[in-house]
Amino acid sequence: MSGFGALLARDLRLVWRRPGDVMVVLAFFVVATVLFPLGIGPESNLLARIAAGILWCAALFAALLSLDRLFAADHEDGALDLLLLAPWPLELAALAKCLAHWIVTGLPLAALAPLMGVAFGLSGEGLGALCLTLLVGTPTLSLVGGLAAALTLGARRGGALLALLALPLCVPTLIFGAGAVEAVAMGEGFATHLAILGALALMALATLPWAIAAALRQAGE
Amino acid sequence: MTPVLLEAAGLSCRRAGRLVFDGLSFGLAGGELLALTGRNGSGKTTLLRALALLAPTAAGRILWQGEDVGHDRESWRRRIAWLGHLDGLKGDLGVRENLAVAARLRDEPSDRIDGALAAFELGPLARREVRTLSAGQRRRVALARVASSHAPLWLLDEPLNALDAPSQGALGGVLARHLAAGGLAIAATHAPIEVAGARALELGR
Repeated sequence: MSGFGALLARDLRLVWRRPGDVMVVLAFFVVATVLFPLGIGPESNLLARIAAGILWCAALFAALLSLDRLFAADHEDGALDLLLLAPWPLELAALAKCLAHWIVTGLPLAALAPLMGVAFGLSGEGLGALCLTLLVGTPTLSLVGGLAAALTLGARRGGALLALLALPLCVPTLIFGAGAVEAVAMGEGFATHLAILGALALMALATLPWAIAAALRQAGE
Repeated sequence: MTPVLLEAAGLSCRRAGRLVFDGLSFGLAGGELLALTGRNGSGKTTLLRALALLAPTAAGRILWQGEDVGHDRESWRRRIAWLGHLDGLKGDLGVRENLAVAARLRDEPSDRIDGALAAFELGPLARREVRTLSAGQRRRVALARVASSHAPLWLLDEPLNALDAPSQGALGGVLARHLAAGGLAIAATHAPIEVAGARALELGR
């Protein structure tokens, strides 16, 4: 387990040394969401109705934006070989990398989204639902994106391929995440949505670290 | 006669469908260094990666003290210190920091780091960020990472790359100490490494 903690701490420290990479992702999220009201026009009813979908999609794109560096950096400087040769399971290393990604993107996105939601005229309850569903849903995005990043390691145009692989797999999370906020707007509870998002995250957690590790071993050969 | 610790028996490796070497056998005892020589593309790196179980073998076995190393991969990885043709360093971390992180990732104590830094004259650079160093200095940091590990078997891919003459001498001294302590090393190299206990294995004849 100490290797897991060491890798997590290393990745967080690397982000801390170069905060620009995370700032770009968060700035992309803000700019992308602001574009929609500009394009659609200031019709507050319409904006409030589609806010959840827009914010969730923007969060998904923002998370993907930073994923192509997740394993590529280690692949390029040779650190991936050292992870492959570490005397503890590579599955834990995959999990540590995805957890680090979630901490520096999923977590701030979940905190930032309600602020953007205010601009869209979401209700207080809707803002709460948005923040909670992002908290529960973004780990799935980090894990699914991690798999796509591992599979596209070393591929030319890996970034575009990564998005193509990861986006379809993120559809269930997107549907239930945005659906929860809409359910709140309709005056219904969103406990079911949250439970399904949690189930999706747990399913990803129980399977994807093994798939990512297998893809990394393949890339190392 | 010291007993043979590492044994390769009838190793064959394929790369991109082509057999790069076939039926390769050798044994290595504590205190011995095996210098892999041969033309570019003769399979030196492939052999090193196969020994580390990073690349699959088409045939043959790798034995450590008579046991197939594939049976307990984690124990095998614990016995290997790796220097690839890439340095495996993080540019945004300091020199000493890189070595400390590497030790923690290998679940090893960091008690040998200062000695390794001193051996490669990296003491004055210990706090510098690795990305500000020259290629040769980075190679020395990567070598210091290997020297600070507790693993008995060092696998080195072109360790002399980018090293100046004094650093090559430092590497010779570090290797001699490692071998004298009963360690083993296999190095893919074009230039000869002059250390007592060195043997050469030419690939691709």
